[in-house]
Amino acid sequence: MDTGGLDTVAADGLLSAAWLVIALPLLGAAVLLLGGRRTDRFGHLLGTATVAAAFVVGLLCTVALAGSDQRSVAVDLFTFIGVGELDVRAGLLVDPLSATFVLLITGVGALIHVYSIGYMAHDPRRRRFFAYLNLFVAAMLLLVLGDNYVALYVGWEGVGLASYLLIAFWHERPAAATAAKKAFVMNRVGDVGLALAIFLMFAQLGTVSYEGVFGGIGTLAGGTVTAIGLLLLLGACGKSGQFPLQAWLPDAMEGPTPVSALIHAATMVTAGVYLIARSAPIYDLTPTARTVVLAVGALTLLIGAIAGCAYDDIKKVLAYSTVSQIGYMFLAVGLGPVGYAAGIAHLLTHGFFKAGLFLGAGSVMHAMDDQVDMRRFGGLARRLPVTFVTFGLGYLALIGFPFLSGYWTKDAIIEAALDRGGTSGWLLGAVAVVGAGLTAFYMTRLMLMTFLGRPRWTEGVHPHESPSVMTAPMVVLAVGSVAAGFLLVNVFPLDEWLSPVFGAPEEAEHVVAPAVVGIVVTAVVLVGVLAAWLFVGRREIPVVAPERVSPVTRAARQALYADAVNESLFMRPGQWLTRALVWVDNRGVDGAVNGLAATLGGSSSRLGRAQTGFVRSYALGMLGGAVVVAGALLAVTAG
Amino acid sequence: MSDSLLLLAMLVVPALGAAVVAALPGDREATAKQAALGVSLVVLVLAVLAALAFDPDGERFQLTSSVPWIPGFGVDFALGVDGIALVMLLLVGVLVPVVVLASWRDTSPGRRSMRTFFAWLLLLEACMVGVFAATDVFLFYVFFEAMLVPMYFIVGSFGGPRRQYAAVKFFLYSLVGGLVMLAAVIGLYVVSEAAGEGTFSFTALNDLDIDPTAQRLLFLGFFVAFAIKAPLVPLHTWLPDAGAEAPIGGAVLLVGVLDKVGTFGFLRYCLPLFPDASREFAPLVLVLAVAGILYAALLAMGQSDMKRLVSYTSIAHFGFIALGVFAFTTEAGTGAVLYMVNHGIATGLLFLVVGMLIARGGSRLVGDYGGVAAHAPKLAGVFLVAGLASLALPGTNSFVSEFLVLIGSFPTRPVFTVLATVGIVLAALYVLLLYQRTMHGPPRGVLFPADDDATAGTAVPEPGHAAGATAASPAGVTTTGTAGTATLTRAAGVATRVRDLSRREVAVVAPLVALVLVLGVYPQPLVRLVEPAVAATMSDVGAGTPDSSEGTD
Repeated sequence: MDTGGLDTVAADGLLSAAWLVIALPLLGAAVLLLGGRRTDRFGHLLGTATVAAAFVVGLLCTVALAGSDQRSVAVDLFTFIGVGELDVRAGLLVDPLSATFVLLITGVGALIHVYSIGYMAHDPRRRRFFAYLNLFVAAMLLLVLGDNYVALYVGWEGVGLASYLLIAFWHERPAAATAAKKAFVMNRVGDVGLALAIFLMFAQLGTVSYEGVFGGIGTLAGGTVTAIGLLLLLGACGKSGQFPLQAWLPDAMEGPTPVSALIHAATMVTAGVYLIARSAPIYDLTPTARTVVLAVGALTLLIGAIAGCAYDDIKKVLAYSTVSQIGYMFLAVGLGPVGYAAGIAHLLTHGFFKAGLFLGAGSVMHAMDDQVDMRRFGGLARRLPVTFVTFGLGYLALIGFPFLSGYWTKDAIIEAALDRGGTSGWLLGAVAVVGAGLTAFYMTRLMLMTFLGRPRWTEGVHPHESPSVMTAPMVVLAVGSVAAGFLLVNVFPLDEWLSPVFGAPEEAEHVVAPAVVGIVVTAVVLVGVLAAWLFVGRREIPVVAPERVSPVTRAARQALYADAVNESLFMRPGQWLTRALVWVDNRGVDGAVNGLAATLGGSSSRLGRAQTGFVRSYALGMLGGAVVVAGALLAVTAG
Repeated sequence: MSDSLLLLAMLVVPALGAAVVAALPGDREATAKQAALGVSLVVLVLAVLAALAFDPDGERFQLTSSVPWIPGFGVDFALGVDGIALVMLLLVGVLVPVVVLASWRDTSPGRRSMRTFFAWLLLLEACMVGVFAATDVFLFYVFFEAMLVPMYFIVGSFGGPRRQYAAVKFFLYSLVGGLVMLAAVIGLYVVSEAAGEGTFSFTALNDLDIDPTAQRLLFLGFFVAFAIKAPLVPLHTWLPDAGAEAPIGGAVLLVGVLDKVGTFGFLRYCLPLFPDASREFAPLVLVLAVAGILYAALLAMGQSDMKRLVSYTSIAHFGFIALGVFAFTTEAGTGAVLYMVNHGIATGLLFLVVGMLIARGGSRLVGDYGGVAAHAPKLAGVFLVAGLASLALPGTNSFVSEFLVLIGSFPTRPVFTVLATVGIVLAALYVLLLYQRTMHGPPRGVLFPADDDATAGTAVPEPGHAAGATAASPAGVTTTGTAGTATLTRAAGVATRVRDLSRREVAVVAPLVALVLVLGVYPQPLVRLVEPAVAATMSDVGAGTPDSSEGTD
């Protein structure tokens, strides 16, 4: 194989204990869920400790991997499902890609666990919260560590469950309960795609392991490979909130804010990017599927950015920002070998700054009695200095302020898009640049409305800085937001580290010189910032959103009518269909078959009256039947 | 023949137990329960012993015993199990004690003694053992019909308000199916007679070469009976009524085990005895199977009665099983058998926990509940586990079987499989809608009478309501309080606190929850038992593991 990532060897030494990474948080979840109230007192500590321990194990494994000549190590545990031709292993694959994700998940995960100790301190169900978080971490680690598509699928739906439980954590609120269900069901639509892709792989290749599938994919017909690629993409779109399955992600903000930070920003929603990057050997063979990935990414990055400009709910703005940023990552991995590493790099830096931004938003909500309406914020910089500074650094990193994280990783994607050349290259590049400008606009608007300007607080609100158990993780993430991009590009080059998986980085032929790209993007970002200052910063912000706005604003406030489309195309017709079928089943089918059965079994009035005497006559009938049988048998034997 | 008395013991012990319990004086209800529990546990031990004695790589039928019964017609009282029958016996062994314990506090709707209920339950167990363990077609038929009687009385005497209607409907449907099958059983004998010696022995019949026309007729005879029992659309309408009106314990065994006799029959009788007809009719069966998956799932969403809802989900699940059986691959067939077991566990659990909710609120309607999770977290947790197993979430037992059915059917039947896969979205919808409506949201409905007008339709309840909750009121309480007392209680901040699961209830659900999780992570022991028997069946029907290196498209 050209990628070399398939020369997998069996694990020995420390790496054979890689399963501990998953087992630790899983054990934590089990203890906290089964232990009940007895574990209330230390539940949050135990939950945090298991993830921290998993991080340590993950780090040791990564160091061991980096120190050995083998860059792809298999840990085979047991047969999960083995029937006939099908052999699904419970097996793990430790390679640079999965190790990178393990560090992100457990590292950011541990920080968010720490933060949650403070954030959920007054919630009577805090222990349960940590149990669900642990469950999520375990499932997410299985998703990235599994060595076959079925193991990935198990983790994939496992994180879906954890996401469901956590979105609905405050399930007394109907909105939270509905959002959780919506997330799960829309994810399941995507999961159908993933499942069918797995079925197709098995039918064509007789295997579901990465090694087997990637080894044999070259022998398949082009159409089949494209079908697999598109089906995988459907799964990826569901999990990552990409068009046309993006509408669940903003609603998922009904969950507690640490959940939004960990699951709906830093880790789970990036699983789609992981899936596509992991399936690189498949996508390398199908330019058609890759083009669709590109289109989905470009379209979603615009949809997310436009919607982000219109919302007043601080978490929803960040959520649409996430949708948009993952669009960038899809765009990157859709470019193929030139973009895989860039997409993963942006995924990592985004993990830092978006998690930090969400934790900051949580800190703001903590200070503002759980309000999320930015029209009710303003002037918080002085009251929440730590939050302001850390959030501000995350903001700068996200909009691509020179030399901060986003600058390095987002510009790399824009460059790669332009390097594609031709009309599509220019088009994608333009979309990505416009997206950067919009990002600058909505994030600046958010900063202005939240931290600067005059206070527009609801009466009785007394903002105060969060306790250090919450601010400390924010500080760590802010440091990451500043430095990660530089480190990943210049100090520990991610593309080299990932080269065993994606192939060695090549010096690309640049269509536009990187320096020019950097300058143009920075200029567009500046325009976005200025525009936000002109439209938002200079003016008095009304505490109630103005009703009379342009059609564009109205469309953006409805997130370009995604929910309306889903409702009128699927939900309402589905409800009608269900109601109609219930009627048909009760009247039509039951009536017809009943009538037949009644005619055969006796008079229909009997069925209606349903007398106990009926059984007596049945017993008699049975006796009669037995006699008939005996007679028939006799006749047969005699004759 | 090597004789083993294990299966006979599994048959005789509950039958004798039933007689003893029935003979107890009417006021010895407690003794009756204890005896029933004891007997069913003995059967469970016997089932485990049978599983331990079984060699998956050995003969097809093991633990066999046979005595001539009606020598004139070659009828033997012959027992024996293959892997498929064995796992069904294990399921019976697990579910009956669970059901006995679950019915511990049930009261009869009439003035009948619950003693009779437990006697019928044990007799039903004996019949279920017989129907799976019979290796003589006539004996199978006898148990197939006999099984109806105890279930008829369990539904008709101990069920809900429309129990008589439901019981008779159940009886009539089964009766029609049974009669058609009887004709086919006799026909089978005639065929064997014509070919040499008249026999009902499965093994002997399996070796026959039946001509295609006869195969078609006989196949249809068996098929109709089985398609009514494990109801395939459009023969399904008796099940929602029976499932809704049966007492919970009865519903668990009805949907969990009795209906599986139908899918078991497909595998044991239709495929091996009539392979050509099976292949011929497969497309028709698959259409019914897939139609059932989608149709019943949509119907489940539209139900307002929780027990009817669960019944409809089962019809959808039977569609998956039929798909697995008639896809004719070892993977899908093994998946179908595991599905039979796993569905018994998962849907059994769902029925049980729904029953526990109904026992508290006295209503079967989804709309009468809301916000239970906040007050009874254990109940809600088990409800969720059961629901997730029902929607085949990975990590639960049902995932393994559903996945095997689908991945095994895809190579031979891609179109049907794609349509069936859409069913997993619908499954998520019907489970989560039910869960959201009953468990999530602000507390409302029959369990929170005092809060009814205070919080119905409004957003979050005041924190004080939950915190100030006091004494539990007895289950089955309704809004009988006058307006005056309602105002009083509300003023005092009192909300009815829902009892969470009692220790007995935890003991009821714990084994099933454990099985859901253990078999979801490590299903291989079951697979090992089942796979050889399925492979043998598929080779009977002239199919097997698909040659996956050649695609079918």
